[in-house]
Amino acid sequence: MKPGPFSFVRPQGLQHALEALAADPGAKVLAGGQSLVPLLSMRLAAPSTLVDINALPDLDQITVDDAGVHVGALARHADVLASPDVRRVQPLVSLALSHVAHATIRNRGTTVGSIVHADAAAEMPMVLTLLGGSVTVASASGTRTIPASELYAGPMESTLHHDEIALGAWFPALADGEGVAFEEITRRHGDYALAGVGAVVRVDGDRVVSARVGYLSVCDVPTVVDVTGALEPEGRAAEVALERLTPDDDIHATAAYRSHLVRVLTGRVLRSAYDDARARSGGQA
Amino acid sequence: MFGEPVQRVEDQRFLRGRGRYVDDVLVGQQVLHAAVLRSPHAHARIVDIDVSDVLDVDGVRLVWTHEDLGGGTAPAMAEPLPLLIPHPQLTHGRTQYALAKDEVNYVGEAIALVVADDRYLAEDAVGRIKVSYEFLPPVVGLDAARAAEHLVHDDVPGNVAARLEQANGDAGAAIASAPHTLSLDLEVERSASTPLEGRGTVARWDVDTGRLTVWTSTQTSTGVRAAVAAKLGLDLGQVEVVTPDVGGGFGVKINHPWPEEVLVPYAARTLGLPVKFVEDRREHFISSAHERAQQHHVEVGYDDEGRVLGLDVQFWHDNGAYTPYGIVLPIITSTQLLGPYKPGAYRVVFESLYTNTVMCTPYRGAGRPQGCYVMERTMDAIAAALGKDRTDVRAANFIQPDEFPYDHGLIFQDGRELEYDSGDYPASLVKLKELIGWEEFPAFREEMAREGRRVGIGLACYVEGTGVGPYEGAHVHIETSGKVKVATGLTTQGQGHATSFAQIVADALGVPFESVEVVTGDTRRMPYAVGTFASRAAVMSGSAIHLAALRAREKVLKIAADALEANEEDLEIVDGVVSVRGTDASIDLGTVAVLSNPLRYAFDEASKAATQFTVGDPGKPPVAEDEEPGLEGKDFYSPERSTFANGMHAVIVETDPDTAEITILKYAVVHDCGNLINPMIVEGQIQGGVAQGVGGALYERMAYDESGQLVNASFMDFLMPYVTEVPRALDIDHLQTPSPLNPLGIKGAGEAGVIPSAAVFASAISDAEGFAITSMPISPSDLFHLRLQHASVAVDEEPA
Amino acid sequence: MSEELFDVRLTVNGLPHEARLPARRLLSDALRHDLGLTGTHVGCEHGVCGACTVLVDGRPVRSCLMFAVSAVDAEITTVEGLIEADGTAAGRLGPVQQAFAECHGLQCGFCTPGFLTTITAGLRDNPDPTEDEAREMIAGNLCRCTGYTNIVKSVLRAAEIAGERS
Repeated sequence: MKPGPFSFVRPQGLQHALEALAADPGAKVLAGGQSLVPLLSMRLAAPSTLVDINALPDLDQITVDDAGVHVGALARHADVLASPDVRRVQPLVSLALSHVAHATIRNRGTTVGSIVHADAAAEMPMVLTLLGGSVTVASASGTRTIPASELYAGPMESTLHHDEIALGAWFPALADGEGVAFEEITRRHGDYALAGVGAVVRVDGDRVVSARVGYLSVCDVPTVVDVTGALEPEGRAAEVALERLTPDDDIHATAAYRSHLVRVLTGRVLRSAYDDARARSGGQA
Repeated sequence: MFGEPVQRVEDQRFLRGRGRYVDDVLVGQQVLHAAVLRSPHAHARIVDIDVSDVLDVDGVRLVWTHEDLGGGTAPAMAEPLPLLIPHPQLTHGRTQYALAKDEVNYVGEAIALVVADDRYLAEDAVGRIKVSYEFLPPVVGLDAARAAEHLVHDDVPGNVAARLEQANGDAGAAIASAPHTLSLDLEVERSASTPLEGRGTVARWDVDTGRLTVWTSTQTSTGVRAAVAAKLGLDLGQVEVVTPDVGGGFGVKINHPWPEEVLVPYAARTLGLPVKFVEDRREHFISSAHERAQQHHVEVGYDDEGRVLGLDVQFWHDNGAYTPYGIVLPIITSTQLLGPYKPGAYRVVFESLYTNTVMCTPYRGAGRPQGCYVMERTMDAIAAALGKDRTDVRAANFIQPDEFPYDHGLIFQDGRELEYDSGDYPASLVKLKELIGWEEFPAFREEMAREGRRVGIGLACYVEGTGVGPYEGAHVHIETSGKVKVATGLTTQGQGHATSFAQIVADALGVPFESVEVVTGDTRRMPYAVGTFASRAAVMSGSAIHLAALRAREKVLKIAADALEANEEDLEIVDGVVSVRGTDASIDLGTVAVLSNPLRYAFDEASKAATQFTVGDPGKPPVAEDEEPGLEGKDFYSPERSTFANGMHAVIVETDPDTAEITILKYAVVHDCGNLINPMIVEGQIQGGVAQGVGGALYERMAYDESGQLVNASFMDFLMPYVTEVPRALDIDHLQTPSPLNPLGIKGAGEAGVIPSAAVFASAISDAEGFAITSMPISPSDLFHLRLQHASVAVDEEPA
Repeated sequence: MSEELFDVRLTVNGLPHEARLPARRLLSDALRHDLGLTGTHVGCEHGVCGACTVLVDGRPVRSCLMFAVSAVDAEITTVEGLIEADGTAAGRLGPVQQAFAECHGLQCGFCTPGFLTTITAGLRDNPDPTEDEAREMIAGNLCRCTGYTNIVKSVLRAAEIAGERS
């Protein structure tokens, strides 16, 4: 399975990269390549030009402050996962990253690349959406910031324009009173999830102030559901979520089984996020 | 050295990255690369093939379709590929053409060949070939094949390639008069070998010598050689097949010749340049071979002890679009289904059916896993019906140790009687129960239940006919350097033959292990051979090598006795030196080798010792009558019948009450393959087989949609297990009941790990859930739905 | 109409190699066919099996998911580079390789180079792994022959050997 031919450019500066992208409507950005290269090898995608951005300077930074985590376009999953600062400021990112493929893939794949690849079966698009993060993109005409809620147009489709390159992603910090949790069910360790759920719960004492749940693999686009008012009786949150989700039949699992997993995991993850919030605010779980 | 866990000699090159697999052959030298256009449709007539766009692609050297085959010197290229194993009951056997003629019968079938300067260009060229098809309705799956609303081959009524019945006694009568009867319907889905290295062939035609050299990733060097010679219209002596290092076979590489195996040599000859074909992973999924899919209907009659009085099995075997391997697979199922048991009467009948899918040829286990599954589910069902312990029902049915040899009154896959030679099934079962903790399990289950956890235990027993004929041979040559060069014609795909066979020679000849070099699968070194399959290599080649080494030893002693002026009975060979026991008189093997070849011309210092004025009795011929020059031994082993290994597996699983995920807590194997040449290698085979069995039971299946597309033709969606999916706790114990049928008392071990997997997991999951599992493999999603089904049945059965 | 070729310098096992390649040449193919380093194997070309794993700047990476033209600024280590110099021409097996030989960690050898590079990097980051950590270290590589039991043993044994040698 060898790729078809393409033109290739490996720019040393962002301007050159943007020009190359703008010059060819069939051009695509190559960053980690862990999702893109198999598509090329299987000849399921045939860009006329690949713009290899791996030589661009200063795009691999991971910056953490009280407001949140900023991940540069060339920061590899492995480096984001290994960062104790990221884990401290926004633990949901670290939790979810450990489920992304296998360590070797994480060594090369980029977190920003995964986010703009827009696969609803991937972890990071859902995490960005659940946390209300954003992506900053550049084009020849300047830069703009796209909030996660406006980032996904459809299955595998982001709202980036063809001539835009994502420069980085931003995840807001865990706020006071918040706790997080993440769980997914896969067939094999490291596989795409049959269903995956993340949650952010905010408490005040032992009272839940807000609860949001994000889903992957059971929807066409990363889907986040506010279940703040739907926590009682047990199981209601999952039913509310299922109204918005579109689990599919495929060779690995039926839609009915996936819906069942949504029910099981929503409860588990809400409970875990609640316990996490309580533990962080010094209370008892 | 026999019985020693000797470190493998082949590892030295593999670990350094110096293996020489087929894609490594001719790297750095000029070689052209082939790619194949494959059918995207499961069933269609080819209306037109337009290759006009291809010829002007830079670097393309040739494009062929069926029309281009068969001219000139090789008319056989236009004919179908050989039907390897004919059988009188295979009344409607069919094989494919090297390139499809008029019709395609599975997604993946080869339609056109392109040869270009590199594989990238060849794939570009393939993409430019335009084919127009007339679609035909595809037959996918056994239900559709049996219903026969549509036919795969127009001239094969009912899609039935073969129907074969075997019987021992009157099963019908026995069942009718039995105190208890049961009926079961069981199913196993399609899966495949999937070695990490796919298929590949390299060929070079030497125009100066008029000889063809073929390197191919195969399990049978001589099979490929004969097929290539036949297809290309060459003398056998003009073709040599050299099997390179092979990255796993697991059965799929026994089938031959693949279309590419004849096309590549033909292209090399036509172009006058070496040509290489190496398939990619998708091609391996859609154009090599699969196996396993069968549906069974069982009727069984038994008594109060659970003894089987009559067993009647009807089954339907999916052979895919073609039958190059004949009906060996369902014959193996028919016969090996009996396992370690002696039913009062047995009848088995099968139909082998065509479907518009990849053809089915042996995959490790080769029909035995299905047979074992059927028998073991039946045993479990009998135990459940009688409220008896499942091991007690097995024990009641075992052939007893004093009943060997045991003749089942059936014909096995080698055309010979199904007669078991040795085994001790009751002793194996005792060991297995101890190893898994069978008696302790009920208490464990209660403990787990208190924690809200659900566990189950299962077992499965099997017998495996190994060491199938017709023969294998070996050539042992002691060189003047003292090195011992050994050749056997069957092949190696990771079993460590170079090591275990060297151990045999070291013992038989009395030479240091390090001085022995073994070559397998090279027709230049040993042109008489069958191949590696059916767990036969150790038995067949091991025995042949042992016998050949003994012949060489005979000659050594004869010449040494002469040279040392001693009696042969007073000689011993230790570490490559022949000495007169209890004295200092000795001569090393290298010198014996020199003396074995009387010379006129010395070529180095050592060889002077063999020249005519130095050695020999002037009153006798230098080479005695009936002797040959040189220090060689050649011999063959051809068994009267197969030798039967056996094993028993047990597993403890946990099923998640919420997510239906299945976790393996403990896995135990008791295995009897007679004497062990290298216990480390045997254990490795079992560990690998168990992992492959876990894959087949819980993760792997070939998923075809109704249009005959293989939906999961990649490693992303065909779920081979990683380390995280195989049992952490795998305990293996051995029994050794030597085989009386060969000099070393060995039985085969290669397939053992995988034969009872579907059976043992079905048994354990059924035990955990409280309902019978009848279809394998099983996923959490499958289990979830079974739970719903059985819950609603339970609800329906509740009193109103 | 032929493809644009790029002059590419790849640094592999400490040595520079020059090649003239099209952009689409996968690193796995470049290593094997253009540089003649056939120790790296190709099992799937979609990044799942791990047979093609090499070290890029010391980190395990799937060489089938990189283009050679993208690897120009990197230090690449293949299985051939794991041999240790010991004054002889052949060199001696590195600790991971030695462990595999002792523990029967390979059968057909096809997946093995990917495991060797992965484990070499893994032990460098975690020289004394627990059995769980050893399993996690190899969790992204497929083997069809061994069933992994002896590969896990090899990881632990390699840690011992590396410790003994240092």
